Amino acid sequence: MKKSEYDLVIIGGGPAGLAAALEAKKNGVSKILICERAPHLGGILNQCIHNGFGLQYFKEELTGPEYASRFIEELENSDIDVKLGTMVMEIRDDKKVIAVNREEGMFQIGTKALILAMGCRERTRGAITIPGSRPSGIMTAGTAQSYVNLEGYLPGKEVAILGSGDIGLIMARRLTLEGVNVKGVVEVMPYSTGLIRNKVQCLDDFGIPLLLSHAIIEVHGKERLEGVTIAKVDEKLKPIEGTEQYVSCDTLLLSVGLIPENELSNNLGCEIDKVTRGPVVNEKRITNIPWVFACGNVLHVHDLVDNVTQEAEIAGKAAADFINHKMNKEEKDVIVTHDKNIGYVVPQHIDALNHQEQTIKFFLRVKNPDEEVRLIVKDNFNKTLLNLKKTIVEPGTMVTFNLSREFVTKDTSSIDISITKEQAQ
Amino acid sequence: MEVKKFICIGCPKGCSLKIEHTEKTIHEISDYSCKIGLKYAKTEFTEPKRTITTTVKLKSGELPFVPVKTKEPVNKEKIFEVMNVISALEIESPISVGDVVVSNIAGTGVDLVCTRNIKKVS
Amino acid sequence: MKTDVLIIGGGVIGASVAHQLAKYNLDIILVEKASDICMGTSKANSAMIHSGFNIDGGTLKGQLVLESNKLIKQLCQDLNVNLVKPLGSITVGFEETDLEKMKKTMENGIKNGIQGMKLLDQRELHEMEPHLNPDAKYGLFEPETGIINPFEYTIALAENAVTNGAKVLLDTEVLDIMIENKTVKGVKTNNGNIDAKVIINAAGLYADKIAAMVEDIDFEIKPRKGQYFLYDKKWRDILTYTIYSAPTKVSKGMIVVPTIDGNILAGSNAEAVEDKTDLRTTSQALDQIYASTISHLFPELPRMGDVITTFTGLRASSTNEDFIIEPAKTVKGFINAAGIQSPGLTSAPAIAARIEGLVRDQHMDLDFSLKANYQKGRKPPIMLVDLAYEERTALIEENPDYGEIICRCESISKGEIMDAVKRPIPAMNLDAIKRRVRAGMGRCQGGFCGPKVLNILSKELGISPLEVTQKGSKSFVLTSKNKELSLEEGDRNYEKIRV
Repeated sequence: MKKSEYDLVIIGGGPAGLAAALEAKKNGVSKILICERAPHLGGILNQCIHNGFGLQYFKEELTGPEYASRFIEELENSDIDVKLGTMVMEIRDDKKVIAVNREEGMFQIGTKALILAMGCRERTRGAITIPGSRPSGIMTAGTAQSYVNLEGYLPGKEVAILGSGDIGLIMARRLTLEGVNVKGVVEVMPYSTGLIRNKVQCLDDFGIPLLLSHAIIEVHGKERLEGVTIAKVDEKLKPIEGTEQYVSCDTLLLSVGLIPENELSNNLGCEIDKVTRGPVVNEKRITNIPWVFACGNVLHVHDLVDNVTQEAEIAGKAAADFINHKMNKEEKDVIVTHDKNIGYVVPQHIDALNHQEQTIKFFLRVKNPDEEVRLIVKDNFNKTLLNLKKTIVEPGTMVTFNLSREFVTKDTSSIDISITKEQAQ
Repeated sequence: MEVKKFICIGCPKGCSLKIEHTEKTIHEISDYSCKIGLKYAKTEFTEPKRTITTTVKLKSGELPFVPVKTKEPVNKEKIFEVMNVISALEIESPISVGDVVVSNIAGTGVDLVCTRNIKKVS
Repeated sequence: MKTDVLIIGGGVIGASVAHQLAKYNLDIILVEKASDICMGTSKANSAMIHSGFNIDGGTLKGQLVLESNKLIKQLCQDLNVNLVKPLGSITVGFEETDLEKMKKTMENGIKNGIQGMKLLDQRELHEMEPHLNPDAKYGLFEPETGIINPFEYTIALAENAVTNGAKVLLDTEVLDIMIENKTVKGVKTNNGNIDAKVIINAAGLYADKIAAMVEDIDFEIKPRKGQYFLYDKKWRDILTYTIYSAPTKVSKGMIVVPTIDGNILAGSNAEAVEDKTDLRTTSQALDQIYASTISHLFPELPRMGDVITTFTGLRASSTNEDFIIEPAKTVKGFINAAGIQSPGLTSAPAIAARIEGLVRDQHMDLDFSLKANYQKGRKPPIMLVDLAYEERTALIEENPDYGEIICRCESISKGEIMDAVKRPIPAMNLDAIKRRVRAGMGRCQGGFCGPKVLNILSKELGISPLEVTQKGSKSFVLTSKNKELSLEEGDRNYEKIRV
């Protein structure tokens, strides 16, 4: 097996991998390699041809490929190595990465540090066990997006969409523009799980109905999909008898959630958070394995690529510090806990003795939509470290905030984050 | 006086905007949280506009289609007119981000530009 | 077209018969109405090789399952088919009455010649399967049960037959059977007539329909529908053995078992249905299977989420309940292999041997001399995941397509997919690829690799991507090219869902 050595190997050349590589380079890592399984850099952004990217990071509105090209061009002008069409098969605990491609066969890369940036996959029909027959014409919204935007083919003429995730909403508009009749979006929850702007510009603009609190309870058709039965659901999300309705359609797109792709991380022994389904990390995005970092959708599913970029820069810088022995020698683990209104918080713990950055960036998702709430951060002495007003919180929109490092002292053992209606003292 | 509400699509926040108006005369715009919102509310009230993103057929490129966008938002009413013009297009590779595919597409005054670099294959 | 032996049906029985008879200097044609072999009952079942410990040894199926147990290991070895046998099973009980039944089952097993069976107390049971519901009290261990991949098995049998000169005609449906002077003459199909000296009816769910083309019959095939859950590989370590829940009247009991590929398969209920094409899953049945068996036996297994897929199988049970392996009563040259429900997959080799005897008994002027160049094996497909890294590198150097991973969940290369299109029985659609090389069988269910596999199929078969199907016939994946649908006001359909 061919062998090579790098300081830093990054698995994945999507937005997370690209930003992490560039940031590590800026922080003085000399030999960096990105392994990307696709024949192009850019990851999923290549098929996200719609606009809405970069408003935070670049302060201008870009399409997915444009956003990616900013990083790709910078990378092409650097000495960062890239292997395209390269699939990482195994990460070994002796810091060896085994990968495969057409040119080199199976080969081994030794590294000092590793950044996981493999992204996520879409939840399937199987995973949510929609009953009925098994015809063709059922696919995830992202697969349809790949067919339409990269291959140039349409998956159907009359489409129903299950799930109001952003990709589903974006595909509703994309297909409508190509002359497909999108008959409606069915969402089991009583609220849209995608961004509100996408409901406005992708559904409302084209008169596509969003049926909240509805489920698809059966799919019909033996060869190609012929239709679906939809029904209203009660508060427990169970279909209400008598509300069934047959909807004829030749295509069903699923936009029912994304799952971080952590098979490699799992096999390596990364501790995985049951809620995010990504590795458990500290504020430097270090996993439980000291030389392994994670960022982007492999860590937790983001709704904005801008946040992915920021998170990847944190991981890229931290990996550089690790490689250049700039990490503080001693650590003190502070556990991050949260109340039941919050689904998850990343990072799951922080290092009280890490004084390299002034602030700690947090990402969290609420479980249920709410209005006029306060986001409160307290430490183990019940001291309020942060108290922020939030007009609207929704599960579909990630909440981000920065906590000043000075609040975390050597005596802090845990901090707790809550979303509450109460006014703080 | 009447009140019209919009949800701003200017950024992912999705602010709810309020316009007080009498017929076509705007009296006050409120609830916006940045100037994008203010501008959006005005155009949405007078002449709603959208950026169109789609693909154009590409000859001898690494990919069969190239993604494109209207450089500025175009009148919402003209979306399908623009799409119809795009359907008939086929352009030559290589192509770079920002290359103009059609200027003043469908008389909107807006250019259609490429959003991805795509190499030519022999 | 003309042949000595015509086999109707490309399930495990048809394929086994083709394999069995391909040894001899006989012309063999196997016709299958679907777009691939292994598309009916053989495709969707528990994928177990039953030992026969819990079956009545006095029935025909009892005799055949016990006979097959002596044949199947060698057969799988010859054909390069993965078989895990012995693996062993544990029947799990919660009630005193279950224990009584287990004692009887054990007696039955001993009578059937199964050695090494053992009743387990609660402690032993949980030592052997620590993830079982702590309330499970009783266990019956039996060492012989095995597992197999039914697609691989059926395809291997048919490939061997093709290698030895048999013809397999897909998308070919028998419309009628031609009979002259009380002797079969051949079949009429949607692709023309085929003359045949002997016809084997291995038509599975449709065996009654085919048999009735020949004479009046005294049985009907009444499909018994069963639904299954297939779990993500990450649950593989939840069990070691194949697990039966204590049996009920209509079923040997439900099962939770590992698959050859390392998934967990759980099911299935048994529901008599009329419609032989009813492959629907229903939320009622899935809920019931989950509540009564899956979560009852293994409380950690989830209802959704780590489920790769749920699916339905139709068992081809006859109204006689037993296998029907006999010649037609009034017409010469016609042999039924009907009512092959569980344990049909296991019994197939013994059934094929019986059929050979019945064919010989027809005295139809057939040449039963052994083929001079008979191949008892087949060239196994290259499976990179089974190879050492150095071996893979050598292969990739020879053919770089083996270095291009298409299915990331199962690590399947472009080369392996292209091979599947070129096998003796070619994979012609996405599901056929999935059954052969597992591309699309993983947790993303083809979400990522679907478009790539579709492109490979399109190129290899020389057809447009619009002609590529999910599973043959009219199951197209794509409907038109971009920019081809009309955007004119009047042409577009605006009908939306209204509630």
